[in-house]
Amino acid sequence: MHSAFERRLAVVPAYNEEQTVGRVVRALHRDVPGWDVLVVDDGSTDETGLCARRAGADVLRMPFNLGIGGAMQAGFVYALEGDYDLMVQVDADGQHDPTEITTLLESRARHSESDMVCGSRFLGDDHRYPAPISRRTGIHVFAFLLSRIVGQRVSDPTSGFRLYNRRAIELFARDYPHDYPEVEAILMLHHHRLIMREEHVRMYERDGGVSSISSGKSVYYMIKVLLAIGVGLLRRRPVVSPGDAAPVTASGANIG
Amino acid sequence: MTTHQRAVAVVATVGLLILVFDLVRRRRLLERYALVWMAVTVLLLVLSAWGGLLDRVADAIGISYPPSALFAAAFGFVIVLLLHFSVAVSRLTDQSKVLAQRLALLEQRVTPQEHEEPAEAHAESVTADR
Repeated sequence: MHSAFERRLAVVPAYNEEQTVGRVVRALHRDVPGWDVLVVDDGSTDETGLCARRAGADVLRMPFNLGIGGAMQAGFVYALEGDYDLMVQVDADGQHDPTEITTLLESRARHSESDMVCGSRFLGDDHRYPAPISRRTGIHVFAFLLSRIVGQRVSDPTSGFRLYNRRAIELFARDYPHDYPEVEAILMLHHHRLIMREEHVRMYERDGGVSSISSGKSVYYMIKVLLAIGVGLLRRRPVVSPGDAAPVTASGANIG
Repeated sequence: MTTHQRAVAVVATVGLLILVFDLVRRRRLLERYALVWMAVTVLLLVLSAWGGLLDRVADAIGISYPPSALFAAAFGFVIVLLLHFSVAVSRLTDQSKVLAQRLALLEQRVTPQEHEEPAEAHAESVTADR
C-alpha cells in the first residue's frame, strides 16, 4: 500500500497568508518528509509566494485571484500532470496539523476503497473547535443536508483537510466547483460514485490572517451552496466522469 | 397607435439599428453579439412600423393600449439579451480561469525553482553578469 514509489503531493492554497504559509510549509517538510509541497499562491498581494518558496515549497502563482476553487483545481491539474498518486490539501493558515496526515493515510490503508479521506473536527469527543456560532450553524446545516443526500454521515463538510487518491485527483482536475468548493465537492464525489470517508483530526485556531469566510459572508455562502446543492440534485449526472472530456478545463488542453 | 407615436418608435429603432451596424463596422462589436441585437431591433421595427400587427399582438395578449405592447415586447427582449450576456460572461469567467491555471502551471515549469540550490543559482547569476 505504502510503496516507496507512490508519489505524494501536499497542496496548500494560499491567499495573502505571508505570516503563516512559511511555517506550514516547513511543518509539512518536517512532519511528512516524503511529500512534495506545492503552494498555490492565488494572486496574493503580499509576499505569500516568496515566503513559500523560501520555506522550500514549489509555487504556482496565479496571475490574479481566482478564488479557492480555481486555485485548488490548479493544484489538482498539477498533481494529475505530475503523476502523483496521492494528494493532500492543507490550509495555509496553520489550522491543520501536518502530523494528522498520518491519520488520513492510516484510514486509507484500512479502507483502500476510499477515494477521498476527509479530516473532520466533529467526529469523536472533541467538540471544542472554536468557530463563530454563525459559521458552526452553517456547517451543521450542510452536514445534515449532505448526510441525507449522500446517504452516509458527513460531519464536517467544509473541512479543507483532505486526502485524495488518483481517481479523485482526475475527477477534480477536470471539474471542481468555483467559489466555496468543499461542500459541493462531496456532492460531486457522490454523483460520480467515488467513495469518501471521514476521520477525526485535531484542528487549531487560525495562526493569523483573516478567514476566507467572514461572518458577514456566511449567509451569502450558505445560500450559494444551498443553490449549488439544489441545482446539483436536478442536474443529470454524471456530467463529467473521469476520462471524459469536460466542457472547459485546464487539463483538457492536453499539453503534457 | 397614432402616426406620431409610430414615427417616434420607428426613428428610435432605426437609430439603434444604425448604431449596431456602425459598431460592427468599427469592429467594436462582434458579429455573434451584433446578430442578437439586430434580430431584436428588426423585430421591434416591424412591430412599430406595422401598426396592424401590433394591434393584433396587443389584442392577443390582452393589452388594450397597443404602445404598451411595444414596451412589453422590448422589455421581454431586454431580459433575454441580459440572460444571454450572463451566459456569455459565465463562459468567459470559466475560460479565463482555465487560462490563468494554464499560465501558472507553465510559468512554474519554466521558472527555475530557486529554493532547490539557492547558493549555486546565485553563483551562476553572478557569473552570467560578468
